[in-house]
Amino acid sequence: MSSPRTISFEIFRYDPQDPNDKPKMVTYEITEAPGMTVFIALNLLREQQDPSLQFDFVCRAGICGSCAMVINGKPTLACRTLTANFPDGKIKLMPLPGFELIGDLSVNTGKFMRELAERLQLWLQPDSNDIDIHRLENPMDPAEAAKLYELERCVECGVCVSACATKQMKDTFVGAVGMMKIARFEMDSRDTRTAEDFYHVIGNQDGVFGCMTLLGCQDACPKDLPHMQQIAYLRRKMAQTIVSC
Amino acid sequence: MKIIYTDSLVVGAGLAGLRVAIASKERGLDTVVLSLIPAKRSHSAAAQGGMQASLGNTVKGMGDDEDVHFQDTVKGSDWGCDQDVARMFAHCAPKAVRELANWGVPWSRITAGDRQVVVNAEKVTITEAEKAHGLINARDFGGTKKWRTCYTADGTGHSLLYAVDNKAIEMDIPVHERIEALSLIHDGKRCHGVIARCLITGELRAYIGKATTIATGGYGRIYEVSTNAIICEGIGQALALDTGVATLGNMEAVQFHPTAIVPVGILTTEGCRGDGGLLRDKDGHRFMPDYEPEKKELASRDVVSRRMTEHMRKGKGVDSPYGPHLWLDITLLGRKHVETNLREVKEICENFLGIDPAKDWIPVRPTQHYSMGGIRTNATGESPQLTGLFSVGEAACWDMHGFNRLGGNSLAETVVGGMIIGKYVADFCEKNTLEINTGEIEASMSKMQHEIDELLVGKGTENVFEIKLAMQRIMMDYVGIFRNGTELEKAVTELKDLLTRSKNIGLKCKKRHANPELVEALRVPRMLRVALTVACGANARTESRGAHAREDYPQRNDKEWLNRTLSTWPDENALEPKLSYEQLDVMKMELPPGYRGYGNDNAVAHPDTAAREAQIADILAELGDDADRFDKQAAIMPFDLPETLRPRNERLSDTVSVSGEK
Repeated sequence: MSSPRTISFEIFRYDPQDPNDKPKMVTYEITEAPGMTVFIALNLLREQQDPSLQFDFVCRAGICGSCAMVINGKPTLACRTLTANFPDGKIKLMPLPGFELIGDLSVNTGKFMRELAERLQLWLQPDSNDIDIHRLENPMDPAEAAKLYELERCVECGVCVSACATKQMKDTFVGAVGMMKIARFEMDSRDTRTAEDFYHVIGNQDGVFGCMTLLGCQDACPKDLPHMQQIAYLRRKMAQTIVSC
Repeated sequence: MKIIYTDSLVVGAGLAGLRVAIASKERGLDTVVLSLIPAKRSHSAAAQGGMQASLGNTVKGMGDDEDVHFQDTVKGSDWGCDQDVARMFAHCAPKAVRELANWGVPWSRITAGDRQVVVNAEKVTITEAEKAHGLINARDFGGTKKWRTCYTADGTGHSLLYAVDNKAIEMDIPVHERIEALSLIHDGKRCHGVIARCLITGELRAYIGKATTIATGGYGRIYEVSTNAIICEGIGQALALDTGVATLGNMEAVQFHPTAIVPVGILTTEGCRGDGGLLRDKDGHRFMPDYEPEKKELASRDVVSRRMTEHMRKGKGVDSPYGPHLWLDITLLGRKHVETNLREVKEICENFLGIDPAKDWIPVRPTQHYSMGGIRTNATGESPQLTGLFSVGEAACWDMHGFNRLGGNSLAETVVGGMIIGKYVADFCEKNTLEINTGEIEASMSKMQHEIDELLVGKGTENVFEIKLAMQRIMMDYVGIFRNGTELEKAVTELKDLLTRSKNIGLKCKKRHANPELVEALRVPRMLRVALTVACGANARTESRGAHAREDYPQRNDKEWLNRTLSTWPDENALEPKLSYEQLDVMKMELPPGYRGYGNDNAVAHPDTAAREAQIADILAELGDDADRFDKQAAIMPFDLPETLRPRNERLSDTVSVSGEK
């Protein structure tokens, strides 16, 4: 067996709260272990080389979406990126663009997503909240339920936002994450909002008509969500709304 | 000094915390939630398999009701649970599932007609009733008599957390993100709130509330390999412990999940086995029927974990650089099933193992998974010692899980417990006024400030990361699936040594704001105190019950140990907790201790068991033949609930005759 290789991490370092600090790239070296992920490597770097290194992980299993960062130019989830995927052993880590920087690789996606949810009203809006929880539930088409879950698998990691050229140029653009969620509620038979209601929110340059269809969102989405299909679906819906007016 | 006032203060923004916050806000109370991370990133999202609720919609769930769910829960707990609480829980679980449907959860639904399922490694056709079409489906899980686990594919926790957080956003409930609560403000009798630190700016704040609810999840990360998210470090339990007044309950009750992947410990859901997956050894042999001929892979989690360990100790494990493991085989379920109902499992296998679970076996071994112990509360979720301190979810010892939790009962506990306790929290807030003693707040604040200053300017020499890893290894090696006196003694001694060393931590990074090393330095001594409650409790409990398996005391000893371990921390300089015990009263039980259904019945009977059984027989005889199951239950063990949760649950079988229908 060949001896384990040394891999190098070139990491963006900046503490925006320290007025004397300037953004820089710092290189660290580490011995690779079998099955090593960027999660494992970053923790070892912090424990053994630089305890000030900031990054975010919660589930470390590709479920929570907290660890998205730009790895060798591509936004993705660091927890499930194996170091073995990089044959030259060189890994460059940058924070996700498009979000407030907390420090180093840590960005404030939570603040962004909460504001987006408030702005687009991303919650179920049924006919009445007065449904009797002691009685039999309302039936729902099994195929519809399965389809809704497929769209609901978004983990709010922010990768689609970072991979979107429109979003990078236009801060008010709702991004693929916003549209995916709108589509999810639009398709939910329990939600009483109509296509017209959604038109007021995304039938403009900040919504479906601002998208340049470069599809960075779909290419980079770690959950393989069908962004292209949903954006096309919403465009068709919104266009129909204009025609029917 | 920044002080933030509210009515209902909730620490932790997972499902349990958010549900309590919603209950408070519904009553018009001012509500604030504190969270280490954005709410939707909480560990609740990781629950894959589903939540138990006795809806009885599917043909395999016919005849299910609260009674059966209650009995499964009590047996699952190995009679260690609070039966009143198990009753409250089983009664409200269907309500919570239906409420969540109204909030947007797209529960997997039943399709009428024939479908193929895998039961005991064989394909079987089951026929769902026409009347059940479109109602909420359920899958099989270990330790349950009926198919009762409601699910959305294998992303149930994700689906629930998103729906509940969306509801909280709709209700305009503020979640203060990246805030860590580090101590409770209290006067020894009443809790007033917390001192918390902002993880971005380092600012210390006092949050003052009428009620303070701790919903911070479990303490799995005191172990080296755990299925828990890395934020499940037991700080919520430490908050209560450090008051010196509030007690923690049953901290030694720690569950290991049979099927986490090797080496990283990421979970593959029990739904894999529920849906028909098998466990195999290095020869490809399906070994579980050899040990548990009746329940096989679907025996209770603690039982399966121990049988797997036993089998590996016989040399039947598969060798790997990370030690032996076994195989989980879900190939027989077919690609379509794996890619729809077990999709997260498929992603985990692809990303972390580079295998395709529709054709390859998954390397698994038992791994730390769930904390049955936690902040001891009474049935209303309140600490018996510290008024105004509530706890809910995995953070709490409420205590419906006793010494072993059934699969599908943890996700259920978050929303059901949150629903019930949320109402009691709101009641408390309505009945009490805010008590403000600024002297007390200032004293708590300066104590925390002092702790931080000491770490930043002190001359300590110990490395916090080394101490943490040493603790995690001790817990793994000596306080694991099988326990014995010799190893537990060793764990206690070594943990005490680490706690002493932790008083001398030195930091390399001296930043007062966003400083990951400082965060660890504040957590590790707290985690060590929690770890000591686990190790000391386990060492003292000389019997085997549920997940607590003593090799040197294999019997479940109801005669001497039908009780709950309580731990308090005597004072700051102490190196171990003070243990006391709360007896479980057999004469008040609806289901007196009996055979749990696994292996030999080796329990040492409690002297009251026979008396209580006779008493129950008398009660039933007196009621006569006309009494229905509700009358009987109420006569044997009446329980209370907030009024709005008392109505009975309607089931399909109440509305139509479904037997024999195609």
